[in-house]
Amino acid sequence: MTALLDINQLLDELETGLREVLERRGIENPALIGIRTGGVWIADVLNKRLGLKQDFGELDISFYRDDFSRIGLNPTVTPSSLAFDTEGRDIILVDDVIMSGRTIRAAMNEIFDYGRPASIILATLIDLGARELPIQPDVVGKVLELETYQRVKLRGPEPLHIEFQETGQ
Amino acid sequence: MTAIDPSPNHLQLTRGGQLRHFLTLDGLNRELLTDILDTADSFIEVGERSIKKVPLLRGRTVVNLFFESSTRTRSTFELAAKRLSADVLNLDISTSATSKGESLSDTLLNLEAMASDMFVVRHSQSGAPHFIADNVTPGVAIINAGDGRHAHPTQAMLDMLTIRQHKGSFAGLKVAIVGDILHSRVARSQIRALNELGAEEVRVIAPGTLLPRDVEDLGCTVEYDMARGMRDLDVVIMLRLQKERMEGALLPSEREFYRLYGLNQDKLALAKPDCIVMHPGPINRGVEIESAVADGPQSVILNQVTNGIAIRMAVMSMAMGGQMAERQQKQMEREGGRA
Repeated sequence: MTALLDINQLLDELETGLREVLERRGIENPALIGIRTGGVWIADVLNKRLGLKQDFGELDISFYRDDFSRIGLNPTVTPSSLAFDTEGRDIILVDDVIMSGRTIRAAMNEIFDYGRPASIILATLIDLGARELPIQPDVVGKVLELETYQRVKLRGPEPLHIEFQETGQ
Repeated sequence: MTAIDPSPNHLQLTRGGQLRHFLTLDGLNRELLTDILDTADSFIEVGERSIKKVPLLRGRTVVNLFFESSTRTRSTFELAAKRLSADVLNLDISTSATSKGESLSDTLLNLEAMASDMFVVRHSQSGAPHFIADNVTPGVAIINAGDGRHAHPTQAMLDMLTIRQHKGSFAGLKVAIVGDILHSRVARSQIRALNELGAEEVRVIAPGTLLPRDVEDLGCTVEYDMARGMRDLDVVIMLRLQKERMEGALLPSEREFYRLYGLNQDKLALAKPDCIVMHPGPINRGVEIESAVADGPQSVILNQVTNGIAIRMAVMSMAMGGQMAERQQKQMEREGGRA
């Protein structure tokens, strides 16, 4: 069984939330970084909606995963690409889904290897809870509580949509 | 030394097809070679960052086990391991334990007892890394950093990465390897890699005295005349004259060799205008290659050095990852067996 969540509604929530955080913190020139793959699609949309002039960055966190010692190297790693200097910048880090928080931890470790940012704002389209680390997004599109047999998956980039799946187990 | 298995994939690959050791390119398919190149591509970007490190091998110990001296190869392996955050131990075995009478097996047992995770092995005897991989404790990865006349797989792969960067793909490429094929472990690995990755033609250009018997069986054509051999080339790979490996007079003189087989601007002009020039180093200027060519616009020799670090990072992390994944798999099977 598959049901669709309204992606545009979630993106509206993210955009509104981000604008509020940026205004509250007095940040005028943030740089967006998306985590591959879904986070990059969301970053692309948000970059346009927020009217940011520079290209967003793309992170592949494969070299920073904490499960390398158990499963080895991700076979489809591609180079990260940040076309701007992170040193002293206000960063908006974007991912499609947050659950354990381990991906975000890896991403922040990688960002700091490019330089020390002034701040990082975390924006995720969906928050599934089930955190294993003390990492919380600043802005979310929607908080979901799933049963063990339920999954969500962002599909894209064109059209961008969310699949809500029930495995039936 | 044990005989070399020409395709020791039972030894160097896990059951899932991941690298466990990296001993030779023989038997490795195009998909795996491409995975190595793609992973290395990602590591190039790491070398351009403010902090040129990733945490993949943090807490692991890599031992550079060099039974034969090689400053350049050892340095790039050391830098690669350090950029992967590993602890690195450099052992020049020719001046240490074995010269005091300790056997190779005892040296290895002692290093394993120090909880080493990876040995990078350079040895003058063909097959030495195979022997070590066959006898080492499970979980320790062996990387071949050049053995005798047999193989130098990381050098060949960094050459492939350099070619792909400049030519996009291997389809339709005509590549020549020039010079001392007889003593070159690099040439054997290069020929193997170029054929597997789909080059149109691999040509060797050398005097008969510097060619192995039945060289065509390696998968190449042979040309004795440099001017004819340079035609239509996309890539020319010059080899170093391995004078230290030559027994007896295989060449009339270095000057004669340079006149006939040295790469100068006139000979390079016979190849395609965008032909790239490669050399594994160290260069003997005026023996294998003219300075104007080595330092010229078609030379990619320094790119090869940079790519050497990225390829070695890729191979080390893939082999270590394969070892870890295999250990995890075995543990799951044991637990499944107990359940």
